[in-house]
Amino acid sequence: MLSDKDRIFTNIYGQNDWRLAGARKRGDWDNTAAILARGRDAIVNEMKASNLRGRGGAGFPTGLKWSFMPKNSDGRPAYLVINGDESEPGTCKDREILRHEPHKLIESALIASFAMGAHTSYIYIRGEFFNEARHLQIAIDEAYDAGLIGRNACGSGWDFDFHIHRGAGAYICGEETALLESLEGKKGMPRMKPPFPAAMGLYGCPTTVNNVESIAVASTILRRGGAWFSALGRPNNAGTKLMAISGHVNRPCVVEEELGVPMREIIEKHAGGVRGGWDNLLAVIPGGCSVPVLPASTCATVLMDYDSLRAERSGLGTAGMIVMDKSTDIIRAIARFSRFFKHESCGQCTPCREGTGWMMRMMYRMVEGRAEPEEIDMLDQVTRQVEGHTICALGDAAAWPIQGLIRHFRPEMEARIAQYKQAHGLSGLAPTPENLPIPVAAE
Amino acid sequence: MSGHFSAENIGHGTPGHAPRPETDHQPSQFSFDADSETQIAAILAKYPEGREASGVIPLLYVAQKQMGRQTGSAWVPRVAMDVIAARLNMPPIRVYEVATFYLMFNTKPVGRYHLQVCTTTPCWLRGSDDIVSACKKAAGLKAFEETSADGLFTMTEVECLGACANAPILQVNDDYYEDLDAERTVALIEALKRGEAPERGPTIDRFNSAPVGGRTTLLDEPNTNHADGQPGVMPTVEPGAV
Repeated sequence: MLSDKDRIFTNIYGQNDWRLAGARKRGDWDNTAAILARGRDAIVNEMKASNLRGRGGAGFPTGLKWSFMPKNSDGRPAYLVINGDESEPGTCKDREILRHEPHKLIESALIASFAMGAHTSYIYIRGEFFNEARHLQIAIDEAYDAGLIGRNACGSGWDFDFHIHRGAGAYICGEETALLESLEGKKGMPRMKPPFPAAMGLYGCPTTVNNVESIAVASTILRRGGAWFSALGRPNNAGTKLMAISGHVNRPCVVEEELGVPMREIIEKHAGGVRGGWDNLLAVIPGGCSVPVLPASTCATVLMDYDSLRAERSGLGTAGMIVMDKSTDIIRAIARFSRFFKHESCGQCTPCREGTGWMMRMMYRMVEGRAEPEEIDMLDQVTRQVEGHTICALGDAAAWPIQGLIRHFRPEMEARIAQYKQAHGLSGLAPTPENLPIPVAAE
Repeated sequence: MSGHFSAENIGHGTPGHAPRPETDHQPSQFSFDADSETQIAAILAKYPEGREASGVIPLLYVAQKQMGRQTGSAWVPRVAMDVIAARLNMPPIRVYEVATFYLMFNTKPVGRYHLQVCTTTPCWLRGSDDIVSACKKAAGLKAFEETSADGLFTMTEVECLGACANAPILQVNDDYYEDLDAERTVALIEALKRGEAPERGPTIDRFNSAPVGGRTTLLDEPNTNHADGQPGVMPTVEPGAV
């Protein structure tokens, strides 16, 4: 487990002053000009050496992503866009950076922008984070006033502007190209790739989109070295990660931990354990609602990192753990996610626009048990017709929780169906849409 | 402030009844006030020349806030969208598209206190059903999307608010109220009725998103951001020095 001396976010709870004076005491803005003086290539190489993987869910190597930006400008400006649209259910980590570590983020944004040849960075913050955006704006104003950003930032000779752009309540804008569309003043509908943002992103210019946490750790990595970061965690799963534990635990919280620590240890040490004891655990969704659920038996041994969770056919995602004890109606818990994705589908691709509705309606029938056992396979098939058939990953994200449910909790689904049949004195087929009012496309 | 919309013209109708025609509550005029103009100038300075359309979401917020200040109901009337379109050199339909795509723009009047209840799974696991019931009871509402007879409250069901470690959450206008239960939700709404402004954040004895009972980390608060991992600050750029 991580020791305090290796924590990056030392004010994550806001227990100390989040403004400039407090941030300086914690070491932020400490000779930033010297970091920039190392030059663009050295910074990107240090980030590569850190083996940092993107903290927004996809886990793409951050240093490599930075290196995709054109070395020489063709006349177009370059942009760093920071993704603060944190909306994945179970995820509440970037909120803590925005409101309690804003200077770490701004300083890191300066370093990252410099390393990518960008003089301007926008941060897209979900609209609901009004007070978090307000904190960040105060910090930005402080940084401008102190000459840390703006013209000749930190006396480095590099000009850097940093702006907040607030979203307005659309989960899809967390997808990087939907975010860019939204930032340009349009509906948040994802773009086809290629062209990738590094070639043609914001306003048709080279752009890198990074998660808030991926950017915010950069200043510390450059101070303490890529080797330090890389030595934490496990090979290919380096470093520390902000994790959130919500649901049926005794003391839900956000905490910075090392990757590769057993899930059980994290839940027990930081979140006070599962409500009613570990044996009362039913399942955990390990990284935001898009990743498949894991049954208690797996949770007992699995490590919290990208590769360990992938080996269990789930994922680290955002490391926002949703813990469910044995009192949970697991079918309803997953059905609610189907409703979430139905609500948040942007409607651009037919398989997702229609499929999220089909999946939601079937899932709510499964909650009641008003279905035939064969329909479980049909539901699984529907998820596979959505998965991989859409422009962005929202279709996949809508499919995976249901696939996880069927994989691990099929007996519960079958029992629910049997229960319904018994309660309604049915021996043969369950009532079908012909004889029961089922909303088809009205919700 | 709240007098402008009476209970009569603020209602959205109840489920099962056809909503009133949009024209019922659409004002015929809208112009930005001085406060809003100051904000707009700062907003438009953020985007490159020729990219004013980026200002559409921010300007919709400015309009919604202004309506809140002027009428007690924070919503965006259609005429305000037209004003924004003209200001940003956009066809009005592009502004309508954005205003209706994003959930946070109210295209109909809302109560002075917009109760936005998260019911997504992490909040549901920790009792969001109770929060919904408590809101209904205390605010005098039967269903989502309804506005109370006194025009004070509108309740909306929202998706994950991104504060799951402090679930369940109720967002009232811009503020999150966290770690709620039914009793504290009723108390919050009663306080709002009395015109009070309860402090946002956790409603239990808890420090932000740290575990109840105290932190499990950062116990000796070392300073980890220096090259050697040792405490101490070596400021080279003093505020105002450059």
